[in-house]
Amino acid sequence: MWKQHLAMLAVVVGSVGGLFQLTRVERVDTHLSASPRTDAQSSSVRQSASAVDVEFSEYWQEKGLDVAEPATEMLVIRRLSLGLAGTLPSLEEIRALEQLPKDERIDWWLDRLFSDRRYADYVAERLARAYVGTENGPFLMFRRRRFTHWLSDQLHENKSYDAIVRDLISGRGTWTSNPAVNFVTVTFDQEKERPDPIRLAGRTARAFLGVRIDCVQCHDDFLGTVELGEADDPRSGIQRDFHQLAAFYSGTRVSAAGVRDETEPYKVQLLGDDGETSLLPSVPFHCDLLPAKGRRRERLAAWVTAPGNRAFARVTVNRIWALLFSRPLVEPIDSIPLHGDLPPGLELLASDFVDHGYDLQRLIRVITATRVFQLDSRGRFEVLPRHETGWAVYPLTRLRPEQVAGALTQACSVSTLDADAHVISQMMKFFQTNAFVQRYGDLGEDEFDDRGITIPQRLLMMNGELVNERTKTNLLFNASSQISTFADNDRDAIKAAYLACFTRPPTASEIAYFKDRLQETRGGTRSQVLTDLFWVLLNSTEFSWNH
Amino acid sequence: MSIFPSECGHQSHQLHRRQILQTTAGGLLFTTLAERLARAAESTSQRPKSLIVLWLQGGASQLDTFDPHPGSKIAAVAARKTSAKGIMLAEGLEQLADQMHRVVLVRSVMSREGDHERATYNAKTGFRPDPTLQHPAIGAVVCHQLHDQLDIPRHISILPGQWGARGGYLGEQFDAFRIGDPAEPVPDVRKQVSNKRFNSRLVDLREVEKSFRRGRLQQLDADKTLQRLTTQAAVKMMSSKQLSAFDVNSATVAERRQYGDTPFGRGCLAARRLVGAGVRCVEVTLNGWDTHTNNEESQRALVDQLDPAFAGLLRDLEHHQILDDTIVLCMGEFGRTPWYAGLGGRDHWPHGFSVCIAGGGANGGQVIGETSPDPSRDPEVARGQVVQPCSLADIHATVLHRLDIPYEEELQTPIGRPMVISKGTPVPGVF
Repeated sequence: MWKQHLAMLAVVVGSVGGLFQLTRVERVDTHLSASPRTDAQSSSVRQSASAVDVEFSEYWQEKGLDVAEPATEMLVIRRLSLGLAGTLPSLEEIRALEQLPKDERIDWWLDRLFSDRRYADYVAERLARAYVGTENGPFLMFRRRRFTHWLSDQLHENKSYDAIVRDLISGRGTWTSNPAVNFVTVTFDQEKERPDPIRLAGRTARAFLGVRIDCVQCHDDFLGTVELGEADDPRSGIQRDFHQLAAFYSGTRVSAAGVRDETEPYKVQLLGDDGETSLLPSVPFHCDLLPAKGRRRERLAAWVTAPGNRAFARVTVNRIWALLFSRPLVEPIDSIPLHGDLPPGLELLASDFVDHGYDLQRLIRVITATRVFQLDSRGRFEVLPRHETGWAVYPLTRLRPEQVAGALTQACSVSTLDADAHVISQMMKFFQTNAFVQRYGDLGEDEFDDRGITIPQRLLMMNGELVNERTKTNLLFNASSQISTFADNDRDAIKAAYLACFTRPPTASEIAYFKDRLQETRGGTRSQVLTDLFWVLLNSTEFSWNH
Repeated sequence: MSIFPSECGHQSHQLHRRQILQTTAGGLLFTTLAERLARAAESTSQRPKSLIVLWLQGGASQLDTFDPHPGSKIAAVAARKTSAKGIMLAEGLEQLADQMHRVVLVRSVMSREGDHERATYNAKTGFRPDPTLQHPAIGAVVCHQLHDQLDIPRHISILPGQWGARGGYLGEQFDAFRIGDPAEPVPDVRKQVSNKRFNSRLVDLREVEKSFRRGRLQQLDADKTLQRLTTQAAVKMMSSKQLSAFDVNSATVAERRQYGDTPFGRGCLAARRLVGAGVRCVEVTLNGWDTHTNNEESQRALVDQLDPAFAGLLRDLEHHQILDDTIVLCMGEFGRTPWYAGLGGRDHWPHGFSVCIAGGGANGGQVIGETSPDPSRDPEVARGQVVQPCSLADIHATVLHRLDIPYEEELQTPIGRPMVISKGTPVPGVF
């Protein structure tokens, strides 16, 4: 019912804007403001990226891997949009990009993304999954929306990442006035009436250190999978490691006044013991970096984010890498060897991240400036699985449900669906995306699963409401109808459809193929053919996989 | 079928492991020979094929449904006798009472999860939430372990709530296919354009796919994207006659009436039709049991929906001679406090609640375990008062074992971590 009301309202309110969406293309660049970068900054980014390139070149050579050619800049721009905003560049944005010199387009696009709220909102939602999971959490004292809005604000301001994490770990106050504390309150145990130190310890280790220490909660590590200790004295994890980390949260309490700290001993019955043992807070490696004084959570936060704690920088690099490639550099994303072999690039990127004040936007710029990010996903040689696992081609990965929904709604709209879009368009996007993701299936925290599409997902794409609504004849909102009406000729119509859906122009053979379909069609029939063309492109692998 | 094969193969002629145990002095004289005979009977006896989960989202009050404790100080509603001697159910479950000889009532289920989302996860998967791994729901496990050819999905969730039955680490292909009220058409299976246009779209799609495959993995489709395979399967499903199993509107009025004229009742009817068509697992959700206020009235309204649907399902499965092929599991994420909180409500209570198991050869008409008629308000003390306690993992193991699924075996998660199918132990005597 709401859709009908929205549609009716849209007819009244949005008709004028809708009809002239195509003509807005010419004025896009006037409102695409880029935050200026100095030459020194750009040069520094290029220098760091070049160092990463050297490591990868050596790695490929050592493995005897052929390496793909560079991808087109529009393809790189598509990857950036999907990874950092969960959507595609709109047709009007593509037109604006086409006006720029080729070698400026990627940097300009990154500037635009960082100034666009869609970047902060999308990355905040993705990071929030690592911090608080996907649960709804305890009623009243966990406010997911407040939390993600807060996180989005921090990203929009490009607050240094170590400061964000310190706020998460050691924050005090209420879940509404200081939303960072939702990191703590999401673990509130209603029976014990306090946050759960066990869950907080596990979450802290995985999200901020890239160590799956949960495995030693119940017993010492006997499989050799939890390596702790110092680089010159590595050792297997023991049960105490986990519980001493949990002890940092043992005095954390929640009341109507918010999250506060008390001093309470942490007691646990270790495996094989007859009774409980009191444990003092301690850290499982780099003990020298732990401040001697301060509140427990403040000490923990300072230790986690200490510049000497490489684990913190590495896991952050791995997570940002995963956003951009849809696959982490080290898998699983939150299990990075403390002392073992690391893949090419990771240490260099971690150092650069620490040396530049934990600047997430710079880290993104460096990664995206590397050769490995800008490789094509296909090769002129026989592409084998080892080329993908060895990063010798850009990996082909399935889009996440919200990326499919975001890409789909944007591809079907000529104008950009950002914060400046008409409120009706934004509302439609919001409701349509939610409904679609619910049916398509949310991957939850298991972020980087590249299994193939399922039958219900194929059915949803072929016959579902969103694809049908956004491709059918609707001159006010749908790109297919607008292109059908306003494109000068068949070639331009096909080109516009390809740009909207694939962020690339069609090849000559693709134009020839679909020109046959459009030839001598007019009015309703022509609109129908464009609808079918959009349906075909949206249902393709090229659309629903990152490449 | 039997260690002493009969010509007709009727169940009455078969000797089951349980019967053998009983005949060998009630299991006390469990000799090696008896063990071997019992195992032989078990391995060759007819196994159920499907599972129907009646999911009571929100947490049904055990006192207002399956464990009324008549005559005790915590009794809230009147209790009534059932077709099973000595078993009482809460008033309102009159139709189910007449079917209790088919139902095993486990009154001593306990968990450690008192939050809806975590407890739902625990109940649906048999595992407590683990932030490093998403466990599969029981229906996903069943579909993963038992193979068959079917045009329509093998795992279906009717009227799903917020937390559906997921494939977890087994993969999204084991997620339940979600449908709403079965009175409505099945979503996403109807073409939005004419056959001619649809087929033309598919031809064009093949052309676009061909272009994308160039320069990529040779077995791109089979090894990675599954685009062609799933498209073919989806198209096949769209025209499959098996889809008619979803269509409760084609059932007779009498058939529909016996389930009650509610979405949940229609869901149970659809479940019966679907398992009859070969679907492995159907979950039907009845939401709204989270009665923190006005418990008595709210639970009664839900009982009025549950009673005809649950009882009608058992009757109808029997009528279609598929009750022995189908395990019916009725459960929620937890029970509710044996006492009233403010505003006439009951709060969450995972320290002793009820689960019903029927069909699939269950030894109906018995109660397993009991809760205290005078439970302590201290959860730890209350847990100690529960007789013959069992966990949700035990319930899972019981069902999986009966379906001949090796629940103790380990599966590999996508990152190569071995994970046992179920950590539970089958509850003795259910089957």
